[in-house]
Amino acid sequence: MIFFKLLQSFFRIGLFSIGGGYAAMPLIQHQVVDVHHWLTMTQFADIIAIAEMTPGPIAINSATFVGLRVAGVPGAIIATLGCILPSCLIVTALAYVYYRFRGLKMVQGILAGLRPAVTAMIASAGISLIILSFFSQRSSPKDWNGINYISALIFTGGFLVLRKWKLNPFHIMAGAGIMGVLLYSI
Amino acid sequence: MYDKKDRYTQLFIETIRLSACTFGGGFVIVPLMRKRFVEELKWIEEQEMSDLTAIAQSSPGAIAVNASILVGYHVAGIPGALTAVLGTVLPPFFIISVISLFYSAFRDNTIVNLAMTGMLAGVAAVICDVAVSMLKEIFKEVRLLPVIVLSASFIAVRFLRVNIIIIILICGMTGAIDAFRRKQTGRKTL
Repeated sequence: MIFFKLLQSFFRIGLFSIGGGYAAMPLIQHQVVDVHHWLTMTQFADIIAIAEMTPGPIAINSATFVGLRVAGVPGAIIATLGCILPSCLIVTALAYVYYRFRGLKMVQGILAGLRPAVTAMIASAGISLIILSFFSQRSSPKDWNGINYISALIFTGGFLVLRKWKLNPFHIMAGAGIMGVLLYSI
Repeated sequence: MYDKKDRYTQLFIETIRLSACTFGGGFVIVPLMRKRFVEELKWIEEQEMSDLTAIAQSSPGAIAVNASILVGYHVAGIPGALTAVLGTVLPPFFIISVISLFYSAFRDNTIVNLAMTGMLAGVAAVICDVAVSMLKEIFKEVRLLPVIVLSASFIAVRFLRVNIIIIILICGMTGAIDAFRRKQTGRKTL
């Protein structure tokens, strides 16, 4: 039954992806391309490109896309549901525990331990994005030759404005998009 | 503050707005939520938002979905969490549904690609800004343990490519043991 398979696959993806969309990608590829053959590798690369170009979590984007291809709108709804179900169950339970016991030293201790770990993950993601943006590659560059000066300029401008004036991050991203179109066109 | 129906409507609209603006993955939703819910709407306090961020990022699933469940739960319990999830999922659902009809044209469009190249640099700037703010918070504590956990996690995630689940479990346990020891000895350690 195709709906059950979609639900099960994306439930797995939702359950085992921790730490953001880039961690979810290999899981999605495994389920969608290798196990079920719902997409070819080229189609998968396309959906990743589109997921990066559109708002929203990559797992949700690919669930919608795959569901639509395999079983139309009902398929998209089922796949998306499967993807968010683990979050809904686990995070709601954690929310309950947090708001009930957040006064406890133990809960505060766990959160205090998690905070530096989460910071490390964000810092690492920031570095990965700088590399991707400046050098159009995922691996660390060997030298500065291939640097994209326009992207470096947009990054530096955006970063300084954020640090100094604490603007709404959305305005920075929109501004960066407009600058991209203008600067690369001339 | 509001009557119930108003609160759900507002939560729904806020999460739709946030989700429609979250380019560049779940790490971006953290500063967007902080700006909106802590600074502008004052629904959530600063310290609480830090806790919710840590929970959202340490739990399975998309960070944006997790964060909206937590915010929704805070505002209006389980119905609030469901409202927030619906608001977060609808924008990408509709956008992808529309784009999937003509996705190769969208993918190959020059203007879209130039805007995306620029936005990638913008997203990098937003995430680095968050990282710098969070690093400052950790160094402000003037304790050695958070700095050790930070450095070890960074090396583990960046260079050793250790599974995130393992890092989260170890760091959570370290924090719990630390809290226990401080309670027992009644003084600051490390």
